[in-house]
Amino acid sequence: MATDLTENASLGEINKYDFITPSHDVFKAEKGLNAQIVGQISEMKQEPAWMREFRLESFKIFESKPMPNWGGDIGIDFQDIYYYLKPANEQGRTWDDVPQEIKDTFDKLGIPEAEKKYLAGVKAQFESEVVYGSLQEDLGKKGVIFTDTDTAIKEHPDLLREYFGKIIPPSDNKFAALNSAVWSGGSFIYVPPGVKIEFPLQAYFRINAEQMGQFERTLIIVDEGAEVHYVEGCTAPMYTTESLHSAVVEIMVKKNGRCRYTTIQNWANNIYNLVTKRAMAYENALMEWIDGNLGSQLTMKYPAVYMMEPGARGEILSIAFSSKGQHQDAGAKVVHCAPNTKSRIISKSISKNGGRSSYRGLCKVEDGAVGSKSNVVCDALILDPESRSDTYPYIEVDEQDVQIEHEASVSRIGEEQLFYLMSRGLTEAEASSMIVSGFIEPLIKELPMEYAVEMNRLIELQMEGSVG
Amino acid sequence: MTETLKITDLHVSVEGKPILRGVNLTINRGETHALMGPNGSGKSTLGNAVMGHPGYEITSGSIELNGENVLEWDATERARAGIFMAFQRPMAIPGVKMADFLRHATTNVRNPDRKEGEELIPMRQFRKELTEKMEHLRMDVEFARRYVNDGFSGGEMKRAEILQMAMLRPKFAILDETDSGLDVDAVKLASQSIAEIGGEQMGILIITHHDKLLDRNAPDFTHVMLGGKIVETGSVELAKELYTDGYDRIRAAYPEAAAAEEEMSETATV
Repeated sequence: MATDLTENASLGEINKYDFITPSHDVFKAEKGLNAQIVGQISEMKQEPAWMREFRLESFKIFESKPMPNWGGDIGIDFQDIYYYLKPANEQGRTWDDVPQEIKDTFDKLGIPEAEKKYLAGVKAQFESEVVYGSLQEDLGKKGVIFTDTDTAIKEHPDLLREYFGKIIPPSDNKFAALNSAVWSGGSFIYVPPGVKIEFPLQAYFRINAEQMGQFERTLIIVDEGAEVHYVEGCTAPMYTTESLHSAVVEIMVKKNGRCRYTTIQNWANNIYNLVTKRAMAYENALMEWIDGNLGSQLTMKYPAVYMMEPGARGEILSIAFSSKGQHQDAGAKVVHCAPNTKSRIISKSISKNGGRSSYRGLCKVEDGAVGSKSNVVCDALILDPESRSDTYPYIEVDEQDVQIEHEASVSRIGEEQLFYLMSRGLTEAEASSMIVSGFIEPLIKELPMEYAVEMNRLIELQMEGSVG
Repeated sequence: MTETLKITDLHVSVEGKPILRGVNLTINRGETHALMGPNGSGKSTLGNAVMGHPGYEITSGSIELNGENVLEWDATERARAGIFMAFQRPMAIPGVKMADFLRHATTNVRNPDRKEGEELIPMRQFRKELTEKMEHLRMDVEFARRYVNDGFSGGEMKRAEILQMAMLRPKFAILDETDSGLDVDAVKLASQSIAEIGGEQMGILIITHHDKLLDRNAPDFTHVMLGGKIVETGSVELAKELYTDGYDRIRAAYPEAAAAEEEMSETATV
């Protein structure tokens, strides 16, 4: 009875993301992938020769690599995807410069409003290109760069080239190679020594077209003693055919620097989300990944921290929520390459309505990384018998003098817990929802207020109508 | 009209094993009943069956609230209709703050027609009331920020149950060994609180082995359960007899129930 009402009521909310913007593309590459299309993308972007070569070389690597035979079921037809779609001629510096229908999209998603309230800078990417960008003036004066990666090639060529493709080379994996060949958009951030950015920088990625591939490429360089918090959100409308999102994110955190990268991924449930994210942390630097995966059909994503010099730290908090037809294969990688480095991984996954969540993690300690410590905790909550959870922890230790801890727990939502809450007047749906929000509370409280609210709201949406 | 919780010839099985074998009990609002009996006689089973635990299968008989059959209702609906149980071992809900949980619960029970997602009672009003009730129970305000029953001591759990009862103001309350695990002072405070909350407002069923909780909550009726049946009902004097002398006289007087008790203890998996 009450459940029907809620389901109907919640549809409107879920549809908040599920709308299609009628847009007039400026340029759309032919469907499919070959060296010619790769070259065409480079040409459209009027790139320097080295980038064109990088793309073509990456395409060869992509072709030579087999599909991964682990993780999830990747049923992608690479020839049935559009690889490049340019939605607007110019990037807007104010929202008024952005084509009306695209501006409307981001209005509906609440981006301009958030920007006014609590962000230091925003990038909004629609299909293949960043259509809007802003940065607080004082940060620009301090030498902070926050631009899209295409612009960075033109405006900061030396800085970009020094790091681009160095942290994640195209040969790293098939999808890193694909991204390297056809990448477009993404953020480029440079924070000069000692500059601490108080408010988050945000990027929002929106796929609008059907059978679209989005391949943004992000590079963040945090110089010595600098600090930044970068947040990304992602959504797409629901089509009958799948789309592909395959990003590469490279981060360099130099001595005493700090970087926090927060993702709240809420792709439509027919998006393949295959992303490579890696950071290198130098002496006493701290890299934190906060990775929330709620949407997509299949996500394979394992944010990594390579601790390159003594005292470096890596922390990864991961939340995965998988419902009907979804598989979240998410996790983390920490690699201790130097003495006295520390890492911590906390992973929480929730599976319901036949959803599947897997934790896949690697903890590697290299020879000589004495005194290193790693602590991994993964907890899974399964809401019904149709759902599934797996844990694949890989530990490779080549050093004696280290401290490695790994704990894993799987629990089913308890009949006793449900009954207890129901005996206090909560409906079954409210009770499960409360148990789930309690389960992820340790992670939610790590998020800045606004994102915690957003995350809680998304979890509530996922939970609504789940019982009955 | 007096409000009534009426249990008639109730038979209950757990995992296919019969536990209750025909329980009859009528509680009027404003009355206090004590339910005593040896361990495993079915006292908690009665409480869980009345509250609507899905694991307790009603094989025959009825439970009626003011003439309405509650067996069709789930625990949510029973709670909203004014039935409450203070559990012997309440569940921990990690990550959920007492205050958030209680605000939902209080809203739902006071506004039984509330649909999910509708407004909760205003924060200010709720907080004021909760703070008053907690002071009354000599609970630290910090308590409201702790996670529901997570890492609570035995005494804290029991006090939290009484706090919930105070907030929810049920018509009928079953207190399942709310005195166990409490020291003398805590029992005194608990029994005082129950008397204050209860007064003439509630029909109370106190399940206990001790006399302390009954000191300030003198039962109008004392029932003895043996082998899944209420075999004898008496006054407060019966309660006094049982906690001084034990159940030997009862077993001798009701050989059939005593045999059932033996059978139940043999098949018990615990």
